[in-house]
Amino acid sequence: MPESEYKYGFHDPENYVYKAKPGLSYEIVSEISWLKDEPEWMQKIRHRALDYFLKKQLPKWGPFLGDIPFDDIYYYIKPSEKQETDWKDVPEGIRNTFDKLGIPEAEKKYLAGVGAQYESEVVYHSLREEWAEQGVVFLDMDGGLREYPEILKEYFGSVVPYTDNKFAALNTAVWSGGSFVYVPEGVEVAIPLQAYFRINAKNMGQFERTLIIAEKGSRVHYIEGCTAPVYSTDSLHSAVVEIVVKEGARVTYSTVQNWSKNVYNLVTKRSLVLRDGLMEWVDGNLGSGVSMKYPGAILKERGARAEVLSVAMASEGQQQDVGSKVVHMASDTSSTIVSKSISKSGGRSSFRGLVKVIPGLSGVKASVRCDALIMDDESRSDTYPYLDINSPEVEIGHEATVTKIGEEKLFYLMSRGISEIEASKLIVNGFIEPVVKRLPMEFAVEMNRLIDLEIEGSVG
Amino acid sequence: MAKGSNNNILIVDNLHVSVEGYEILKGVNLRIPKGEVHALMGPNGAGKSTLAYALMGHPAYRVTEGSVFFHGENLLNKTIDERAREGLFLAFQYPREISGLKVFHFLKKAYISRFGIDEGTFSSMDFFNEVKEKTKLLKMKEDFINRYLNEGFSGGEKKRMEILQMAMLKPEMAILDEPDSGLDIDAVRIVAEGVNSLRGPDIGVLLVTHYQRILNYIKPDVVHILVDGKVVKSGGPELAEHLETAGYEFAGAEV
Ligand SMILES: Nc1ncnc2c1ncn2[C@@H]1O[C@H](COP(=O)(O)OP(=O)(O)OP(=O)(O)O)[C@@H](O)[C@H]1O
Ligand SMILES: [Mg+2]
Repeated sequence: MPESEYKYGFHDPENYVYKAKPGLSYEIVSEISWLKDEPEWMQKIRHRALDYFLKKQLPKWGPFLGDIPFDDIYYYIKPSEKQETDWKDVPEGIRNTFDKLGIPEAEKKYLAGVGAQYESEVVYHSLREEWAEQGVVFLDMDGGLREYPEILKEYFGSVVPYTDNKFAALNTAVWSGGSFVYVPEGVEVAIPLQAYFRINAKNMGQFERTLIIAEKGSRVHYIEGCTAPVYSTDSLHSAVVEIVVKEGARVTYSTVQNWSKNVYNLVTKRSLVLRDGLMEWVDGNLGSGVSMKYPGAILKERGARAEVLSVAMASEGQQQDVGSKVVHMASDTSSTIVSKSISKSGGRSSFRGLVKVIPGLSGVKASVRCDALIMDDESRSDTYPYLDINSPEVEIGHEATVTKIGEEKLFYLMSRGISEIEASKLIVNGFIEPVVKRLPMEFAVEMNRLIDLEIEGSVG
Repeated sequence: MAKGSNNNILIVDNLHVSVEGYEILKGVNLRIPKGEVHALMGPNGAGKSTLAYALMGHPAYRVTEGSVFFHGENLLNKTIDERAREGLFLAFQYPREISGLKVFHFLKKAYISRFGIDEGTFSSMDFFNEVKEKTKLLKMKEDFINRYLNEGFSGGEKKRMEILQMAMLKPEMAILDEPDSGLDIDAVRIVAEGVNSLRGPDIGVLLVTHYQRILNYIKPDVVHILVDGKVVKSGGPELAEHLETAGYEFAGAEV
């Protein structure tokens, strides 16, 4: 989409408290850890992760990553003196940005809590009294490490170890910000918590780290949004999200990813689901230049379930390489993966769905469905299903469809007086409706709006 | 023609239409005055739907010769949506399914587009009530408006949905491509009543059908017979009745 149509492409002047030199080194990693006054074990993990990152090759599959300017990236920027709990105390420029993004307003209306990250640090954080009183913890990850070191020590890297992949290692080495969420047994957080991630500086690298622990029978919905300015040079966003869904708990994690097209978005998100727990990923990928993202679940105990619903839109200059990875490790577990991708104006979307069932299980159900909509002849969509089923008693469904935005459907709608652009919007929004309707209303509206903008930028 | 030709809402002159290089319509002539219902009959493959598509502006149906005037203006250089906004309507023989698009939302978008209404000042409530009223008239279940457009609809339900759209969009010229095919006996009557309720001095109707039954309810002013891309015969309602017994051969068709 042309720059002018990306509403969030503006940037603020840099008045930072601290900006580390660009490039990655052991010194930078030590510096980050030192600035944060971390326990030694964390510093050690960071260094080991950096070792791993440096020796590990870039992935040989998927989008080309050889152009990531690792040496020019700023790995740590501290934008303000300290984290605030009142928007009034957030530095004005930054506050204005979040105002423009509509965060304080959304907070008042329908959120249980908000974490607002700007560059490397969370500059604002809140949790409604009501939930705090019930023992819910919602902090940035640094705060989590300071206040709940025992929990972190137990869970940090337990779902996504730094050895998982090169970018998980990078995140582990230089992580900063992100969220720490703890929901005590039986507590149901009725309205969503939201984290918002904003990159502002040129060549910025943002590496937030999130850990969500939902105790027995609890329930929480966490939403993340993100945007960045439009620059001619590349930025890097590489997050790690780890979730532990305990017995009978339910976690919903929704994303509306709307980075500018100069951002590489390479994230690792995974959930460990225990007995009768339910993990739901609702993932909307609209922005970024190259995205690689496969939110997954390890269904570790009987009755565990996972649902992964994703929408990706790849437009000019974009590659959305998305999908999911689910591992069934116990009997009577079930998973559903639904992916909808739209490719237009030369964009490329790829779906990778991996379902693995270990030997000796029964009563396992898995279904994978991916639908691709291709808007024109320059665009492309690929599907790479991997089914690794080692138990005989598995009910597995796999379905993939590729549709071109049909001349016939357009003709039908246009014969009612609807313009070509409007008709395209109706068809595309209809195509993603099964996923979008799972988002809270406000986010569904935002998602439809972003899709509409993309289409306006190309048709006609 | 029976009535003054300056009153024609639609004039089709020597229309030739090709699809993928094959000429399907080979010089069709038609004049439909305001307020009249013309039936168009003819064997399978004669080109009836082709005519309907070409009039609506389907890009695959190329007009190679001839002209079409719709309330006095050249229709052929207009886009599909312009034609619709100016009051042309086509009830499809095979309506499309649009998954994920709710009927009510679609109707609203269509209505707003058709009448050039500013979405901001549009009263959804009034519109909703009107849609509800029309669904009753067509004996449709109310929950239809919350379903996805034509998805999973039965054949007959799709046909009613077409008439519902026509009722909401109040066309000046409606082409109904076999609105009765696949309908049970009661449904034919209901659809016909729906169409009749929209008849008036200002609307022209071209009704494509194979059967006399619907014409018992919707009395046509004129019946045309299209064979192999040409109108081979035109006449009064008795022509349709005659067809029922004699078939198309009497009209000179090689079938
Ligand atoms: N898109 C197309 N591609 C190829 N041939 C086509 C296409 N559309 C129509 N035709 C051909 O044009 C001829 C006329 O088709 P049309 O659908 O107009 O017939 P019809 O009179 O409506 O028939 P029916 O009564 O069966 O609905 C047929 O031979 C048909 O196969
Ligand atoms: Mg036909």
